[in-house]
Amino acid sequence: MGTAYLYSKHVPHIEMKTIAESDVEAEQQRVRTANARSEKELQKILAFAEQKLGSQSAKIFEAQIMILNDTILMGSIEKRIAKELKNAEYIVGDEINKYKRMMLASPDEYMHERARDVEDVMHRIVRNIQDQKLFSRLEGASIIVSESLLATDTVIFSRNQILGYAADLGGVTSHAAILSRSLRIPAVLGLRNVTKNVRTGDSVAIDGYAGTIAINPNAQTIEQLEKKAERLKAFEEQLTAFAPLVADTPDHKHIELSANIEVPEEVDYARAQGAAGIGLYRTEGTLLARQGDPSEEEQYEEYKKVAEATFPHPVIFRTFDIGGDKLAPGEYHEENPFLGWRGIRVSLDRPEMFLTQLRALLRASTKKNVRIMFPMIAKVSEVRRAKEFLKLAKNELKARGLHFDARIKIGVMIEVPSAAIMAEEIAAEVDFLSIGSNDLIQYLLAVDRDNAAVAPLYQQFNPAVLRTIKAVIDAGHRKNIWVGMCGEMGGDPIATILLVGMGIDELSVVPTVLPEIKKIIRTIKYKDAVRIADKVLTLHTEDEIREYLASVIKKQLPDIPLED
Amino acid sequence: MGLRNACATNVLKRVMIQQEVTIKNRAGLHTRPAATLVKTAARFQAEFFIEKDGMEINGKSIIGVMTLAAEQGSTMNLRFDGIDEEAACAAVADLFERGFDEQ
Repeated sequence: MGTAYLYSKHVPHIEMKTIAESDVEAEQQRVRTANARSEKELQKILAFAEQKLGSQSAKIFEAQIMILNDTILMGSIEKRIAKELKNAEYIVGDEINKYKRMMLASPDEYMHERARDVEDVMHRIVRNIQDQKLFSRLEGASIIVSESLLATDTVIFSRNQILGYAADLGGVTSHAAILSRSLRIPAVLGLRNVTKNVRTGDSVAIDGYAGTIAINPNAQTIEQLEKKAERLKAFEEQLTAFAPLVADTPDHKHIELSANIEVPEEVDYARAQGAAGIGLYRTEGTLLARQGDPSEEEQYEEYKKVAEATFPHPVIFRTFDIGGDKLAPGEYHEENPFLGWRGIRVSLDRPEMFLTQLRALLRASTKKNVRIMFPMIAKVSEVRRAKEFLKLAKNELKARGLHFDARIKIGVMIEVPSAAIMAEEIAAEVDFLSIGSNDLIQYLLAVDRDNAAVAPLYQQFNPAVLRTIKAVIDAGHRKNIWVGMCGEMGGDPIATILLVGMGIDELSVVPTVLPEIKKIIRTIKYKDAVRIADKVLTLHTEDEIREYLASVIKKQLPDIPLED
Repeated sequence: MGLRNACATNVLKRVMIQQEVTIKNRAGLHTRPAATLVKTAARFQAEFFIEKDGMEINGKSIIGVMTLAAEQGSTMNLRFDGIDEEAACAAVADLFERGFDEQ
């Protein structure tokens, strides 16, 4: 429950600051640089618009480019910076807003549209001045309402005492949702038109469990929601009792139970929830939160922090996994990002970026608890190339006289069907495999989990999915390496039983569900799980599988809490 | 024709010239004519201001010209000031006269 803040990605926050006279030249230079960048962006958008939308729509961007090249406007902005001694973004905003106001004063609807274009170009310049660090403070608001929510937004907002999110787009398994759960910030995504119904300043109550929000709720609704929150809190506290216990089945089969996290701040929470280590550290956060590639030093500091906080337990760093549902760099646009340039494909195409990250990871490995994992591997040759880069990075560090774990363990995400089919050959190249169930299911079943129209077709108990997972586990074991899972499936109680029964060695889940999963592992005997899994693998449809699991678990394992 | 002849130094104010023009093209002073106007004015050294409905903007600034809600039939006052003001005035006034070569 909190005050809403309507957040649009294109509206930067502008603060007025007084600058010293000695800063005038630098401040003016920031405007010129931002202008040049804005023009580059707009040229790309213009080319795209002309091609896809027709020249009529493209005119808007042409006009915006002309505004950037308006020497009178830019001259008066620079003059005002020098005269008024105010920061660049403030003057840019103030000067351009003058024109916007004049346009809005006209009764002509066409002029109002122009005003929006002018505002748009102003935001672009300001955003570029601020180096994409849009929002440092949100002034009293605590519920973020936006069209869509990116994982990076979640991270940035999490540092601002945000109580919850509501967004038009996205579903329960989208990346932002996963992250917000881990940061314990309730999020309700996929509301379709929440940005139309909520205004900044409205009071909004979020029920993250039910997936609903209440706008300006009455006293009765508030009371009900508060009672519900208390009940859930008590339930969670009960589960926390499992945190210090090991994740062993009653017949002593050990499962390495670890956590998926994204920012160093999450390590403490993951450990408090009883994680044995970090099974997936997503590194792309730094890449997305800033403009340009982060430096080796910057990355090293982050990775070292995580490695030290996790020690003596291991931490698996996944190299940059950009593209797909995450931000593509710059204005790069793909019709089909899930089948496009993402994961290891980007890294292999950008040697400098990749080597920089590998050097930073290696330098953070001196305590020997760092592992490196490559995402989106589709074929053996990609693993070999990635290994060559790692060797290169090691040699560079050696030449610089820096220390690292020379025998650092490496692994591969199995999330592309071709990699699942070649799992044994890939296993021969690495020290571990980790099944990325979310993407693997999407690619196997040809279902976009963020597309509401086909979301019900995303089935984690589809027999093709289960057989593929089983085949990957067996392939890894034939090459004497361990096989884990770092997708959301590992955090589903029924799936946990199946995965244990299929021989999974490690499960990496969001920290929130850790105690529950641990409870399940500690409840079910390994031999029972094997029997259940064997039977399931003979079934032909997801319905049959679900039905069978429900009956078996209800009868034989009444302790396991299942949803209906 | 009379328009172009009118681009002469104002006797009372020797430092500049003024010229009243009417928007002839149907769509008014939208983006393309605005751009043409600014580009034409930029070829001259003379300062160029446009006054309409009591509001004056710099005619060499596209964002300024864009703020003029100038529909077909509306009039505005052009003011030029500088060594080549007559040539500037003639060139700009000609654009208006030709309706920016639009319909």
